[in-house]
Amino acid sequence: MSEVRFTDQHEWVRIDGDEATIGITKYAAEQLGDVVYVELPEAGHKVGAGGEAAVVESVKAASEVYAPVGGEVTTSNAVLAEDPAKVNADPEGEGWFFKLKLADKSEFQKLLTADQYAEFVKGL
Amino acid sequence: MRYHPLTPDDRLAMIERIGVTSVDALFKDVPVSAVVPLSSFDLPDGQGELEVERKLSRLAAKNAAAGNGPFFCGAGAYRHHVPASVDHLIQRAEFLTSYTPYQPEIAQGTLQYMFEFQTQVALLTGMEVANASLYDGSTATAEAVLMAERITRRPKAVLSGGLHPHYAETVETMASLSGQVVRATTTPGKADDVIAMIDDQTACVVVQSPDVFGLIHDLKPIAAAAHAKGALLIAVVTEIVSLGLLEAPGAQGADIVAAEGQSIGNGLNFGGPYVGLFATREKFLRQVPGRLTGETVDAIGKRGYVLTLSTREQHIRREKATSNICTNSGLCCLAFTIHLSLLGEEGFTRLARLNHAKASALADKLSAVKGVELVTPAFFNEFTLRLPGKADAIVESLAKKGILAGVPASRLMPHDPKVRDLLIVAATETVTDEDCDAFARALAEILP
Amino acid sequence: MTMNNQGRPTSVPAVNGHVLTTISGDRGLDHEEPLIFELGRDGMTGVDLPNVQLSDARLGGVKRAQPIGLPGLSEPEVVRHYVRLSRMNYAIDAGLYPLGSCTMKHNPRLNEKVARLPGFGDLHPLSPQSTVQGALELIAELMTWLTTLTGMPAVAMSPKAGAHGELCGLLSIRAAIAARGETRKRILVPESAHGTNPATAAFAGFTIDEVKGTPDGRVDMIELEGKLAPDVAAIMLTNPNTCGLFERDIRHMADATHKAGAYFYCDGANFNAIAGRVRPGDLGIDAMHINLHKTFSTPHGGGGPGAGPVVLSAALAPFAPLPLLVHDAKGFRLIEDRDALPSGAKPFGRMCAFHGQMGMFVRALAYMLSHGRDGVRQASEDAVLSANYILASLKDVMSAPYGDGPCMHEALFDDSFLEGTGITTLDFAKAMIDEGYHPMTMYFPLVVHGAMLIEPTESESRESLDRFIHVLRELAIEARDGNKSRFEGAPHYAPRHRLDETAAARKPVLRWKRKDLAEAAE
Repeated sequence: MSEVRFTDQHEWVRIDGDEATIGITKYAAEQLGDVVYVELPEAGHKVGAGGEAAVVESVKAASEVYAPVGGEVTTSNAVLAEDPAKVNADPEGEGWFFKLKLADKSEFQKLLTADQYAEFVKGL
Repeated sequence: MRYHPLTPDDRLAMIERIGVTSVDALFKDVPVSAVVPLSSFDLPDGQGELEVERKLSRLAAKNAAAGNGPFFCGAGAYRHHVPASVDHLIQRAEFLTSYTPYQPEIAQGTLQYMFEFQTQVALLTGMEVANASLYDGSTATAEAVLMAERITRRPKAVLSGGLHPHYAETVETMASLSGQVVRATTTPGKADDVIAMIDDQTACVVVQSPDVFGLIHDLKPIAAAAHAKGALLIAVVTEIVSLGLLEAPGAQGADIVAAEGQSIGNGLNFGGPYVGLFATREKFLRQVPGRLTGETVDAIGKRGYVLTLSTREQHIRREKATSNICTNSGLCCLAFTIHLSLLGEEGFTRLARLNHAKASALADKLSAVKGVELVTPAFFNEFTLRLPGKADAIVESLAKKGILAGVPASRLMPHDPKVRDLLIVAATETVTDEDCDAFARALAEILP
Repeated sequence: MTMNNQGRPTSVPAVNGHVLTTISGDRGLDHEEPLIFELGRDGMTGVDLPNVQLSDARLGGVKRAQPIGLPGLSEPEVVRHYVRLSRMNYAIDAGLYPLGSCTMKHNPRLNEKVARLPGFGDLHPLSPQSTVQGALELIAELMTWLTTLTGMPAVAMSPKAGAHGELCGLLSIRAAIAARGETRKRILVPESAHGTNPATAAFAGFTIDEVKGTPDGRVDMIELEGKLAPDVAAIMLTNPNTCGLFERDIRHMADATHKAGAYFYCDGANFNAIAGRVRPGDLGIDAMHINLHKTFSTPHGGGGPGAGPVVLSAALAPFAPLPLLVHDAKGFRLIEDRDALPSGAKPFGRMCAFHGQMGMFVRALAYMLSHGRDGVRQASEDAVLSANYILASLKDVMSAPYGDGPCMHEALFDDSFLEGTGITTLDFAKAMIDEGYHPMTMYFPLVVHGAMLIEPTESESRESLDRFIHVLRELAIEARDGNKSRFEGAPHYAPRHRLDETAAARKPVLRWKRKDLAEAAE
């Protein structure tokens, strides 16, 4: 059963077994505006929870994307190189950024649930 | 004061609207002790245009302008003839006094010429993409080294011995902050041992051709050797007119080209402002420093141009920018673009052939003088002679006769005893047969 | 009577809202202009040069095999092309540029004239020094002006622009710290700093630590002092700061910095506010770059060239980069060689080839001589007066976060006054274009939302300021009243409507390519 959780840095992560899929939230994509480029990590890259994993750019800003959970990157979303607009079109689905092999499953439980994230965004 | 439109009445009315009693009140946040009276400044008061012009003309008259007599100096800055239209066009108010094109709707003039400039630089260098200029060739070389280190994630830069010493020193100043810079030995007139110095820690090899002595190098074997070890080749060109006759660095395998564009459109100006050209492969685009102009369309479908990929730059990326550069060489690029547009393929290639022909004829005339030996067997418009005596003293003597005979290598390499008798001589299309004869005659007179 | 049968009409016809799509695509004096590559023809040239035949013997086997691909045009075509391009540009000679932080003052043509004297323009940097004494004397005189106006003992002349000057200053600081046998890696930078500051600090190998601002728009001195520690190399401030305000506590901050063994770098972009009245040296500054293309009127040229000489305190002066300029009984001399250094000099290296932006030095000195110390002071007073005039005239209809004033040479507004209107700072700025104005600096500094930073400079008449104020007032009132027509889709009257920057970034097209080659590549 795959569950999705969120961070207060506006990343989402879905767990399937010990594989995590990570992207940015709808709110983040809206704030960013039209995405023009995404810099994604290479397979094999190791990152800790909260570590910088990717960069997402609009014409006027570049934002760091942090890994909500730690692990080793297995694959990045090749579609985004050709079509960065996918991030705006479907940020929480086909606009995913990268997948990693989870180092520590307990980190996932520390993250915000969908309801908690929605509350958090309301307060911004 | 002729430049200040506000009148005393204006100032009074403005102070009144603001609601203070004097202009001094507007400076109330300045610590009182930091406000100094005018008399603290040991400087003259303002002068009229006539006086200023007179004073500066007197200073100018104390200098030996290149056009005053036979002139043969090069070594990184070259005297070419710039057509009269160029200087008139760049002084149009809309070019001279406009700002960086951050509001593209009212800066299409600037953006379009930048796009033309980028295309011209890519074509000349045989590379896929070029930026909208850096300060000059030396800082462009340093930026190229840093870019190569970012791309390869390696710390070492290998500089060939023929690289202009000012360029090498600039690279050392910039690149030794983040890595290591090593220099091959200088061997005037010969290829150096740079290939042997490439290892798996090498990010890039930096080779200038024609080099500071004027020698033309074949970059292809150096490119192959660099690539075999996973390093990049940075080709440096200080005399851009050479690309009208010589093979483009891109065609020889260069990964980045850092060049000085001064020869086209821009005068000698005692060393600046010049214009740095920077070109590379499309796959390295996101690591490129400096401004980039891109094509797009506007809201009603018309083609237009904008600054683009700005997230690489300091105003957005701040400490993660590819460079700290903001202002670049704007008007100097425009001068380059206009001059090269006037030349076109036919004119530029003729110009290059003419330069080589002049230099070749001069090299023959001078090496016929007793005791003078030509050191560089292959050259474009600049070559090196070995003289029977110290080159700097000979240059001073010739200067007294009104001939600026070239740059003594010791001016650039003061610590190298092997180069004290070497003179670097340039001959462009501005040199006449009479100039060359005068040079040969005077040289023969002075030498033992 | 004699009759003229030509039938030429003499009365003025009615126009009645006549709108027309022209056949050519041009409209009156507004001409569309293709790229030179689209105009050129093979074999054509705009320069008459002899066609010499050559032997390849001396080309080292590296002769060009393929054509370059440059277009050929005649001189009349080239001139027309660039004249038409020029007419698509706004310029300070054509209108006010209220660009905060840029100091778009008048660019005197006298400067252009003297820079082009052959004794300056046609001078080779490596001519024997005995033949260029006038040029070296000019540089020395400019150095005197810069050091005297700033109250600093030394100045490094070679940096090619402000950012290059910042790097020079930080490298001097790095060298000074190394000379003490210390290693300090951290630099404190306010969050309101211009992007070149942290970019330069990172370039120079430092890590950046941001210092927050206070509610009254200054650097938080308490936080700054709290962050000072033995690993801090320097603080980098701008004064007046990027909100257009003078840092009242600057002396305290300088003292605290020095006590902690660190240095004070000042970004001199805003020097126009205080030149001739306040000396940065008196404020405890160790290094400050001066943008000759801002404070000293050298032209912006569409993005350059600039010049960024750096004044240095006694502590940093020994580390100034090569070349050095000395003046003794023998005359003026450039020292380019580490072995010939005057005693005490320990240059950290060389910033670039040759000696600096001589062309800009001549222009800046012409400006300084024309103004004199009295004119420089008057310029700063008028600049500050004009900015405050604008602030006082607009703060009731626009929102000024520090509107109680006074400001220095620039006035900062934010987008609070646009809240609820659906109009953004960007829309407001683009509407200004239709009104005939270049927009002010927008979205900088980052410390306020939707920033609008207005710097009129001393070059505007009161009539010009009043017209500008009137337009902004009316725009602000219309925005507030929900009248969106001027803002939607603006600008409408510029050579181009709003351009698609997203498309430009997603699929970058950075050069023209010949059609056949472009198709082959696909």
